[in-house]
Formats: sequence, C-alpha cells, structure tokens
Amino acid sequence: MAGFVPAMTEWRPAATGEPRDGTIMTLTIDRNDPAIRGHADLYRREMGAKRRQALLGAAIFIACVVLSAIGSEVDLAKFAANAWRFPKYILETLPTLRLATLGADLKEWYWGLNGWLKLLWQTLLIAYVGTVLGAVGGFLLCFSAAANLGRAGWLRWTTRRFLEFCRTVPEIVFALIFVIAFGLGPLPGVLAIAIHTMGAMGKLFSEVVENIDMKPVDGLTATGAGWWQTIRFAVVPQVLSNFASYALLRFEINVRGASIMGFVGAGGIGQDLIEAIRKFYFTDVSAILLMIIVTVMLIDYGTERLRHALLSLEHRS
Amino acid sequence: MSLALTATERADLVRRHQGAIDGSLKTRLTTIAVVAGLLGLFLYGLTTLEVSLWKMITGIGNLGTFVVLMLPPDPGSAARAVIFVKALFETIAIAFLGTILAAILAFPLGFLAAKNVVANRVIHFLARRSLDTVRGVDALIWALIWVNVVGLGPFAGMLAIMTSDLGAFGKLYSEAIESADRKPVEGVTSSGGGKLHEIRFGLIPQVLPVIASQVLYYIESNTRSSTIIGIVGAGGIGLYLAETIRTLEWQQVSFLILLVLAAVTAIDFLSSKLRFAIIGKRAL
Repeated sequence: MAGFVPAMTEWRPAATGEPRDGTIMTLTIDRNDPAIRGHADLYRREMGAKRRQALLGAAIFIACVVLSAIGSEVDLAKFAANAWRFPKYILETLPTLRLATLGADLKEWYWGLNGWLKLLWQTLLIAYVGTVLGAVGGFLLCFSAAANLGRAGWLRWTTRRFLEFCRTVPEIVFALIFVIAFGLGPLPGVLAIAIHTMGAMGKLFSEVVENIDMKPVDGLTATGAGWWQTIRFAVVPQVLSNFASYALLRFEINVRGASIMGFVGAGGIGQDLIEAIRKFYFTDVSAILLMIIVTVMLIDYGTERLRHALLSLEHRS
Repeated sequence: MSLALTATERADLVRRHQGAIDGSLKTRLTTIAVVAGLLGLFLYGLTTLEVSLWKMITGIGNLGTFVVLMLPPDPGSAARAVIFVKALFETIAIAFLGTILAAILAFPLGFLAAKNVVANRVIHFLARRSLDTVRGVDALIWALIWVNVVGLGPFAGMLAIMTSDLGAFGKLYSEAIESADRKPVEGVTSSGGGKLHEIRFGLIPQVLPVIASQVLYYIESNTRSSTIIGIVGAGGIGLYLAETIRTLEWQQVSFLILLVLAAVTAIDFLSSKLRFAIIGKRAL
C-alpha cells in the first residue's frame, strides 16, 4: 500500500495565462539546490522520528495484546476444536416453524407468553422507577457538583467523588449486595439501578449546568435572590430540556440493565432467561431474548423521537 | 432616588404584564398532565414492585450493618490478596483484548453496513439489523452462551466482550464512514488511485482518530463490564466479588470494590491521556 505515488505530470499554466514573451513557465525543481536538499533532509529526519514513534507505539501495543492473551487464557486450539458449538447453539435455540402449522408452532414456541409478558412489564417498571429515582437524585446533586455556581470547594469535591463511586461500581454488584440486605425481589434491582443512574446522571447534569449562560444567574444574584432561587429561575429553565433528553437516554440503557437483574435474583425477566440458559431450554432462550431485543429496539426508537422533539422545543423558544 | 416601587406602581406593573407572568394556560396544563402521568406511573410502579416502608427500613438497617462490617477493607490473607490482584489483571486483559479484537473484526462489518460503500439496500438493511440484534444482547448473556462453547474461564469472558462489542463497533464504523468527507476520496481518484488507495488514503485518515478515541472509550467501559462477567463463571474478579458477597465476607468485598475502583480510575486516566495524544485537544 505504501507504493502509491500520485501520478506526476508536468504542470503548465493554461494557455490564456501564458506570459506575453512566449516563454513557458514550468515547475521543475533542481534537486541539487542546497536549500532544497536541506529541506529534504529535515523532512526525512522528521518523518524518521515520527515513524520510530509509531513503531514504538505498535511494539507496546503488541506487547499489551500478547500479555492480555496470556492473561485471558486464549487457547486457539480449544477455540478451533469447539467453535462449531457456537453456531450449533444458536441453531438449536431457533424453533421449528412449519408453514402448515405456523399458529401451533408459534404457540408452542411462546408457550409461556403470559408469564413472560408479566416479567417484561416488571422489567420495564424496574427500569422506569430506577430511572426516576436516579434522575431526581442526580438533579439534586448536580448543582453542588457544578463548578460555576459558587458552592464551597469541599462540598463540590465530596459530591463529585460520591457520584464517581456510584457510577463506577457496576449495578449488578449493588444488586448482589442489596439482594442480601432487602431480600429477593424487584426492590434491590430498582435501588441498584437508581444508584448507578444517580452517579451517571449527576455527572452529565453537572456538565450541562457548567455550560449554561451565566447572565441570568448574575441578574438574579443582583436582585438579591438566594442560592435555591437562583437555581430555580436562572439555571433550571436553561437546562431542563437537556436533562429530560439525558433521562430518556438513560431509561433505554436501564431497560437493558434491568433485563439482567434477574440473574442475581433482583427481579425482572432475567430470572427466567438465566433459568432457560442454565437448564438448556433452547427455544425458550430465543423466545425471551427476542422479546427483550424487540422491546429495547422499540424503546430506543420511541425515546429517540421524543428526544428530538424535546431538543427542537428548546431551539424554538 | 430609590429603586423601590410603591404598592400602586407594583400593582400597575403586574396588571399590565399579567399575561407574561401567568404564562400560557395550555403549556401549564400540558406540564401538569405530563408530571401527573409520570408521577402516577412511578407510584403504580412502587406498588407493583412490592416496595414498602417497612422493607426499606429493615433493608437500610441491614445495609448500615454491612457497611460497618466492611471497614476496614481487608483481603483476609496475603495469599488471597495475590489471587485478587491476579483476577484484577485477568479482568483488564479480558476487557482490553475483547475490545481490540472486536474493533478489528468489526472493520469489514462497518464497511458492509455503510450506505456509501455498499449501495444495495437489502444488504444494508440486513447488516444494520443484525448488528442491532448482536448489540441488543447483553455481554453477560453472551458470556453464558460462550461458557457453553469453550467452557468456564476468562477465554469465554473475552469472547463475550468481543461479541457484544462487535455490534456496537460495526454501527459506529458505518456511521463514521457515512459521515466522512468525499473530497479526499475524489482527490485520490483524480490523481490515479485505485479503490484500495481511496480507502487507505481518502477514508482511513478521516475516520481513524474518531475510531481510536471510541476504542479507548470502549476499553474503559468494558473494564466495568468485565468486572461482573465472572458472576456467570467467565473469568475475572467478578467471580470473587459474587463469592465473597454470598458468603458475607464483607471486609473482602470492600477490598475487592476498592481494587475495581482503583483499576477503573487508572484506566480512565490513561485513556484520557492517550486520547489527547491521538486527537489533540479537540473535544470528544
């Protein structure tokens, strides 16, 4: 690939641009000119340095790849010997659907539809309640985490570290701990999602707040408004549509998160899914997964439409 | 001269600008309806999900006890600490290798799903939808499937991270390729470059910085996902996290959480440095 050289043709000015005295101007370069040589050397040196840097980077990168291949016990022989099981597994999960008995086949595939729909609805509710709780928490904390609203430094630092903790610990770890504290059921799932959402949204919200127009804040401060009044009348109107849009995006992420909460006993459709996978109820796996994927796609589509509507609302006002 | 208004002046002002102060009735009613709807659904959710005050109080009490028991963080013994740190490296290795492999394997998929490379609408549609399907399945579920294929251990976890990221990367690539500027490509064509030259010198320099920064971001986020992949037996620190939580070894739990926090923070720091080095101070 390195051999590509743009085709060089001698460049001549167009006929109308030719000088009056009839001489033709060409761009011939004298390669032995010391000035040109100096430039060429400089260019070669710089490119050499760049190339060495790239090679060094590549070497470090390859070393990292090899190290992590050893660390994650990559075994190509085992992979080659067992790879056929993967397509086999996928094929086995597919139901037998015959055109002649399509209705009956579908019924057999989705034999547990009522129970699954109930669990799916529970999953959506877990995601929704978790998102609402998390969004409210993030909303309350984002103003003290923002750098431009003049809160004490220590308060800002503490809030930011707290939010960081909430979003770095994976939600399923929170769910594992909460299942023991609150007992099995959807409640630990809701709380785990709420805490994680609070961490993520608090950060996003505070970034939105840091990008606002400060003039309304100055105006309200000048009329003698208190801190909360300033927030209410100068900051919130500017950020509300952005906040709502982020909350919708987060809801979609949380639906995915809630669908696996059942793996650790924290409610939702995950408990039936993991049972089906563990007990090799192959067609159940595909039936439940298909339901989850379609739901997530629908929500993805719906929230995207809503977010566009929200953002255009802001541009109009 | 004082700036204070007299009562009559104020009343006059309020009367003149009544419309601006009250706002439009329609907007207000819509706001109230939306808030009421959201709140109603929230309350309905609370009742259906069996949330009760008593449950909350006992649960929070339990949590308080756990937090007290967690302090100070302690791995139990030096041998345990070594095992935990080794599991942490396994986690990072899974995230790194899984992301890199996904990034490489998704390359042809991205071109296949880009409208301006493959003009056939059927292929485009199929490629996009299958990428969406792969993306819609959580890494934890892929891990369960791969455990059935290659057995328990970090290899299955690595393959799971790779599979779930293939969909995401394929979509990202195709979007980056679609939004790429056509002019450099035309420039290469006009100076006599072939189709491969167009891609190498016209497209790749445009999309590479975007892709590199996305890969870095995914390594970051995959470190988080690969900490939990061990819960289903696919290697990494998650196995020990789940095990110590289930056996109520709270001091070891807090030690493990601290390890994860430290690793994630270190990787965030490193990748933000690298991102600046690759794409400069441009915001991304």
